[in-house]
Amino acid sequence: MSDGFIELRDIRKVFSGVVALDAMSLVIKPGEIHCLAGENGSGKSTVIKIMSGVYQPDGGEFLIDGKPVTGMTPIEAIAHGVQVIYQDFSLFGNLTVAENLAMNVHLGEKRRLMNWRRTRTIAREAVDRLGVELDLDAEVASLPTAGKQLVAIARALMSDARLIIMDEPTTALTRKEVETLFRIVRDIQARGIAILFVSHKMREMLEISERITVIRNGRKVAEGPTGDFDEALITRHMTGGDILNEPYVWTPPPGTQVPPRLEIRDLTVPGKCEGLNLAIRPGEIVGLSGLLGSGRTELALALFGMVPNHRGEILIDGKPARLRTTQEAIDAGIAYVPEDRLTEGLFLPQSIKRNMLATSYERLARNLVIDRSQAEEMTQGMVRAMQIATPTAEKPVMQLSGGNQQRVVLARWLLTDARVLILNGPTVGVDVGSKAEIHAKIRELAQHHGLAVLMISDDVLELVQNCNRIVLMHRGRFIDDLPAADVTEETVSDRLKTFT
Amino acid sequence: MALLRRSETVIAGILLLAMVLIGTINPAFWQLDNLFSLMRSNVIIGIMALGVLLVLISGGIDVSFPAFAVAAMYLTIKGMLALGYNGVVLPLLAATVMGLLFGAVNGFFVYKFRMIPLIVTLGTSAMVRGFLLGVVGTSMININKMPTALIDFARTEVVSVTKADGTTYGLTAMVLIYVGLALAMHLVLRYTMIGRSAYALGGDPEAARRAGFDLRKTIFFIYCAAGALAGFAGLLHSGMIWLANPRDFVGLELDVIAAVVLGGASIFGGRGSVLGTMLGVFMLVMVKNSLIIMRVDTTWQLVVVGSIVIVATALSAWRDRRRTA
Repeated sequence: MSDGFIELRDIRKVFSGVVALDAMSLVIKPGEIHCLAGENGSGKSTVIKIMSGVYQPDGGEFLIDGKPVTGMTPIEAIAHGVQVIYQDFSLFGNLTVAENLAMNVHLGEKRRLMNWRRTRTIAREAVDRLGVELDLDAEVASLPTAGKQLVAIARALMSDARLIIMDEPTTALTRKEVETLFRIVRDIQARGIAILFVSHKMREMLEISERITVIRNGRKVAEGPTGDFDEALITRHMTGGDILNEPYVWTPPPGTQVPPRLEIRDLTVPGKCEGLNLAIRPGEIVGLSGLLGSGRTELALALFGMVPNHRGEILIDGKPARLRTTQEAIDAGIAYVPEDRLTEGLFLPQSIKRNMLATSYERLARNLVIDRSQAEEMTQGMVRAMQIATPTAEKPVMQLSGGNQQRVVLARWLLTDARVLILNGPTVGVDVGSKAEIHAKIRELAQHHGLAVLMISDDVLELVQNCNRIVLMHRGRFIDDLPAADVTEETVSDRLKTFT
Repeated sequence: MALLRRSETVIAGILLLAMVLIGTINPAFWQLDNLFSLMRSNVIIGIMALGVLLVLISGGIDVSFPAFAVAAMYLTIKGMLALGYNGVVLPLLAATVMGLLFGAVNGFFVYKFRMIPLIVTLGTSAMVRGFLLGVVGTSMININKMPTALIDFARTEVVSVTKADGTTYGLTAMVLIYVGLALAMHLVLRYTMIGRSAYALGGDPEAARRAGFDLRKTIFFIYCAAGALAGFAGLLHSGMIWLANPRDFVGLELDVIAAVVLGGASIFGGRGSVLGTMLGVFMLVMVKNSLIIMRVDTTWQLVVVGSIVIVATALSAWRDRRRTA
């Protein structure tokens, strides 16, 4: 079969002794929408880099239009019509949309002078070709993520692209923006340009693609038309095993008068949310969802002491708590795992140990000197308890996979003896396998340690499967409080769609 | 509306407000001789600020330019005295080239070893100053020895006014050089690819690399230009004050960086304009000048300039955060 535009045959890539790709094969036909599915660390990004000429394969064959290609550079890859849209879009936030779009043309022509009128003409053409509305004079940094993505796509289309590779394109998008993106992708396809979606979000893959290739541990493990796959099958291929999904059941302890772990009364954050009332009992996992800007993150931040001007009452175990600083929140037993753990939660170059102990040093250093043996004991225990895949706790956190990083954040909070755990998008950017393990861990914490968990997520399925109650928020107010047993992913999603 | 949102408009507004305020406290402020003397004080700081602006836009920082300026100035004048040469164009060229070569050293370390510009420029600054005082000399060259051609050149005036009491004052022609260089810098930044590459580098170095900018060329250009401007300004300065002092310009980096940041350039790179910088320089010089007129102690002037750096940086950081939010 040599009907492909680009074909990888048994590609092998080794980095200083570590095999990243081994017998990886992939065929992309002209004008098709193809999905490359795989967990983090499975070798997806290595495949992208080989296709875009950043890396050279160490073995196997790489063909373009049926002809073998060797030693391809990034510039040659572009000449062959391969364009990559990176996750960070590779745009200049400080420059205007027009300049970002025209930059490559100017550079390609090796110009010395900057012609602003021509810049606008080039940009106007690019935007028109994509058929979208973009303010050419807007600074890219001021655009929302979806807007930046449009700029990146428009730029990719300017060169005579035959294949556009999109690396995790939906990660930071809302559902509505994903739909817009898919419409644009189909539009691009209609012009005979192939699209390679690199992702681990199964529903989106099934929705958009025509063919799927699944990669695991650097090998192709499955390939075929999308119709042959369903979520369970892809998951099985990606992880090499089945993942069980049982709903979380919580039964109130009989006949006792235990006060709620967390209770908020009439909580108001000026301009963000108003008059919120909620009680979470020990062992409960309460899901919270709503569109971006619904005030859900502000609620979480208020509970974690980051919004000092909030009003209303917050009670922990029945006692009023003052939460005007993060230190007060931590002391009150509140733990917060932020949405963007990479920038908000972790010190990436630092060791697992230091990250885990970051909020416990006060306790460890009662006499001003850190109790090293106790610190060692605590981290070792946690590495084992959280099943973090590492030979040593001294390893820098940035060398861990997304799932393991998230576990380090969780471990940190467990060490503080938290009683209330607030999770904001706990599994964003985490692959299926780790996701299931993190969910199991959260359930265990609630069930066996009596934590009250507030899980904020866009992933409705995640909430339905792991919470016993789901609260929906819109324009700063709680709209629904639904027992998870009474809802399905569809009913909740439909309900969310009515919020605009 | 777009005009109102521009940083330059805001800075010009603040500048105007400050001028009115200072004028109310001290009516002598608005007198022509004071304004002329103010503009004269803008020249040297302003020329150096153009170089610092370029470096800041690219996401770097330069604290070595006062050392380069003083070295270029002192070496050139020493050379002129040794050779008995009395001219203007060649010495200015020599000082500029010297500054450029010093700047190339900065560029080399920043590009080749990907070192933090602050550390590189701190190091080269100390090395150049130490070398100058240790090897070349520590003695000042006074008016009696200074090359007369330089002094005569720096005395050129655009307009000259005679006061009622017979004394004269005028506007130095050096202002024209400053404005000319500023215009050139503006054109480079706005209408050349090398200028745009400085913005791209300051905006996102990784994206700039992927886009295919020749970052070596960009980085060398930036640091060489900053050094060249400093060397040129250094020699011009000695002509204007009739003195070549090898210990000159100490602490000037603070003033110049303060002026550039005050002019709306982002300390994080990617943003800044020549017009804003010129306004920032004017504001800083005016404030310092007023402090002198109000007989505020020099130590307190330091406090004021330091506060300006902090406040202006905080404001621009706040602005950048709001833009991206």
